[in-house]
Amino acid sequence: MFPTLLFVVLSAILVGAALGVILARNPVHSVLLLVLCFFTSAVLWLMLDAEFLGIVLVLVYVGAVMVLFLFVVMMLDINIEELRRGLAGFWPLALAVAGFIVFAMVNVIVVRKLGGATAGAAPPLPGDYSNTRTLGTALFTRYAYPAEVAAVILLVASVAAIVLTLRQRRGGKPQDIAAQVAVRARDRVRLVKMASGKRT
Amino acid sequence: MISLTYVLAVSGILFAISVAGIFLNRKNIIVLLMCIELMLLAVNFNFIAFSRFLGDINGQIFVFFILTVAAAEAAIGLAILVVLFRERRSINVEDLDTLQG
Repeated sequence: MFPTLLFVVLSAILVGAALGVILARNPVHSVLLLVLCFFTSAVLWLMLDAEFLGIVLVLVYVGAVMVLFLFVVMMLDINIEELRRGLAGFWPLALAVAGFIVFAMVNVIVVRKLGGATAGAAPPLPGDYSNTRTLGTALFTRYAYPAEVAAVILLVASVAAIVLTLRQRRGGKPQDIAAQVAVRARDRVRLVKMASGKRT
Repeated sequence: MISLTYVLAVSGILFAISVAGIFLNRKNIIVLLMCIELMLLAVNFNFIAFSRFLGDINGQIFVFFILTVAAAEAAIGLAILVVLFRERRSINVEDLDTLQG
């Protein structure tokens, strides 16, 4: 009974926060509500016995990706009013499309019951079940090659992000190390011989 | 215990909300990117639910890879966004018609 109640409350928070993300006037509020979405989703994933992915969602998504979003939103000076203008006419279309998606999902899941797949309860897990161990075993045996491809994708993405945003500043005064090292004393110091003057 | 129907319903509603968000925030690239993240979250929800209820770990492996690619996508998308803002001083989608010919 308690898990069901918890699930309903968390789902309500999740859906409310998602509505807030798309309706908020200020993008900063959107980002913060999206963080709330990810947190509640992480808890729901924990309830579905996906502990590793729940923690990864908080660490990677909330800790890295959403902070990146927040940085960018705060860095850019955006005129929100201008971006909002002329979009009021899209309400009916958005509602129609969303309503159609919900209708189709309800038809498949609730009315047709996925052809009977939704009937059974979740299979019980063995007492010594470790989600992280199971996931890691699958990831580093059967999916070892895709895991390495994913690592390369991350590397390429980070290099690409740096290269895209790297900016050579004009008018800077950087040191030319080679020129500094190649310099000889005779290029810089001129010894002048001159007769010593007489004291008057 | 939670039933599969509830989880799939929540993820369907989440997906519908994010599609509506794409329509409602058509001009603001940042909110568009956030709606795409929300969509991926809904898809991951489906994967995790089916993985649990069918007793198959492969669904969670898929979620793992989706999270990886989504993080890469967000990083590159935001980098492009920053460069764009530097060039145009605007993130309005309607200003980005250079490739329209």
